[in-house]
Amino acid sequence: MTAEPLDIAPRATRDLPALGQAWRNPAVAIGAVIIALLVAIALLAPLLGTVDPTSIDPALRNKPPGFTGQVLRPDGTRAAQTFWMGTDTLGRDVYSRVVYGTRVSLIVGAAVALISAVAGLFIGLVSGYVRWLDAVVMRVMDGLMAIPSILLAIALVAVWGNGLVTVIFAIVVPEIPRVVRLVRAVVLMVREEPYVEAAVSIGTRLPAILWRHVMPNTIAPMIVQATFTCASAILIEAILSFLGVGVPTDTPTWGNIMAEGRVLFRVYPHTILFPGICVSVTVLAINMLGDGLRDTLDPRLGKRL
Amino acid sequence: MIGFLARRLLATVPVLMVVAVVVFLMLRLTPGDPAAVIAGDSASVEQVAEIRAKLGLDRPLLSQFAVWSGRVLTGNLGESFFFKKTVAQLIEQRVEPTLSLSLATIVIAVLVAVPLGVVAAHRRGGWLDRVLMGFSVLGFSVPVFVIGYLLIYVFAIATDWLPVQGYVRLGDGVGRWLVHLILPSSTLAVIYIALIARMTRASVIEVLGEDYIRTARAKGLPERVVLVRHALRNAAVPIVTVIGLGIGLLIGGVVVTESVYNIPGIGRLTVDAVLARDYPVIQAVILLFSFVYVLLNLLIDVAYSFFDPRIRY
Repeated sequence: MTAEPLDIAPRATRDLPALGQAWRNPAVAIGAVIIALLVAIALLAPLLGTVDPTSIDPALRNKPPGFTGQVLRPDGTRAAQTFWMGTDTLGRDVYSRVVYGTRVSLIVGAAVALISAVAGLFIGLVSGYVRWLDAVVMRVMDGLMAIPSILLAIALVAVWGNGLVTVIFAIVVPEIPRVVRLVRAVVLMVREEPYVEAAVSIGTRLPAILWRHVMPNTIAPMIVQATFTCASAILIEAILSFLGVGVPTDTPTWGNIMAEGRVLFRVYPHTILFPGICVSVTVLAINMLGDGLRDTLDPRLGKRL
Repeated sequence: MIGFLARRLLATVPVLMVVAVVVFLMLRLTPGDPAAVIAGDSASVEQVAEIRAKLGLDRPLLSQFAVWSGRVLTGNLGESFFFKKTVAQLIEQRVEPTLSLSLATIVIAVLVAVPLGVVAAHRRGGWLDRVLMGFSVLGFSVPVFVIGYLLIYVFAIATDWLPVQGYVRLGDGVGRWLVHLILPSSTLAVIYIALIARMTRASVIEVLGEDYIRTARAKGLPERVVLVRHALRNAAVPIVTVIGLGIGLLIGGVVVTESVYNIPGIGRLTVDAVLARDYPVIQAVILLFSFVYVLLNLLIDVAYSFFDPRIRY
């Protein structure tokens, strides 16, 4: 006989039937549907009646929304094209740029949420369980949290240079301490539980204790935290691009479309309006999802705020 | 009380040390040669060497840090690469706009958010509560600069009621100073209002379940007095705490708002410094903002006993 049937750790799946219940919350359902739509838009961008989002046409500069003009097709012919969101100062189609911009925002949001969750989980688990490391790690995290996150991200991009990857990591760094604190709080609570003591007493190794017995307790709060991280990452990316320290303008992002629209905002507000609505709706959908998930997965947190 | 203050002050030392190390390493860990990055593409080998010597980059890392932190502690923040001034001078010139904007924002946010939060808690589950909570999620979701341009469009371009951009110094007329602050501080206040209103509501709801609230109502006090004197006073500590934690959010917002409204403050200086890769300025601004953030939260911790006399140190 082996020790297998003696598995007393709370299984992740035991917490997660709540995910099924979460659907009944209208905020979760609406948020999830909007996010699914945005993912579809990002994936299907070339099929949504867009033209090349980087093609410049001096004849089509600063046209209002709904303007119909002739665009040069890649095969050399000219064809009528309606610019539903107008064109920018270089004659590029704002609608196409906004549609393609969805990709960057979603990639940044997902990547930051994922990377900060994995890094924060690792650091939090180890620091919560290994006492001597805890003091050092938490002082470093406190220090990082003392730097306002937008400021830290801006400075990191200034040092590392612009680009999608550096932007993602510049946003990840200030987010990690939040995840670490969350994970550590769960670890400190769980490490005194009888099933952890039991695991220790039968000689389970530290990595196994952390992974099989402690980690599953962090899943529910981590899912909630990851949605909020994702929302905040999309906002910060837009802000970085808007300030001119984000993804370079040859890749359209909602932030850099708006940055380019700043100069002529008084006359042509549409280059800020449409991407602005997109960012807001996206972040709102993710926040609604997060709020709803928090209410179902972790009611204790819901009471606090 | 003195012992508590001393302990809290001591606790901020490692935090600020970590901030200093992060800020210091930021430049030193630049991929490639930081001196070459600073000098730019067109610099000659001599110029790069000169910058390297000036920054002390040719010395070992630990001695660089000792020299640098020694200077910072004596208030010497170095010289800007871009503007031919010391960093301290640059910051000094730009304190007033940033301070004006931040204070105006906090005043607006508290005056709007606290009453809204109390009313929402009082009418929990009612239409006002739902609308308010809905708007607070929206407030967290719209980027600061989008709110800014929206307000500029409605109140400055379409209606011509308020100035579009710019800042007027307090010394040049209180009225004009105030008029120029209305739009930027309202813009920046939105996210702060969302944060404070939520916390006020949650905190007041919790207090409203207490026995002494039932007692206050039972002895016939008007609901207004119950809410303000009994509920809000007892709910004050978490509200004040969230105002302090929100300063971090506010500082990030200042950077963006000053860029939208063309306000020559420290936030704008930060963006200009980043675009020009003016490292001494970037380092100084991050140090300054982090220091202010830590200090304000320390002050708030100390002020707890003022808001709640039951708390004694």
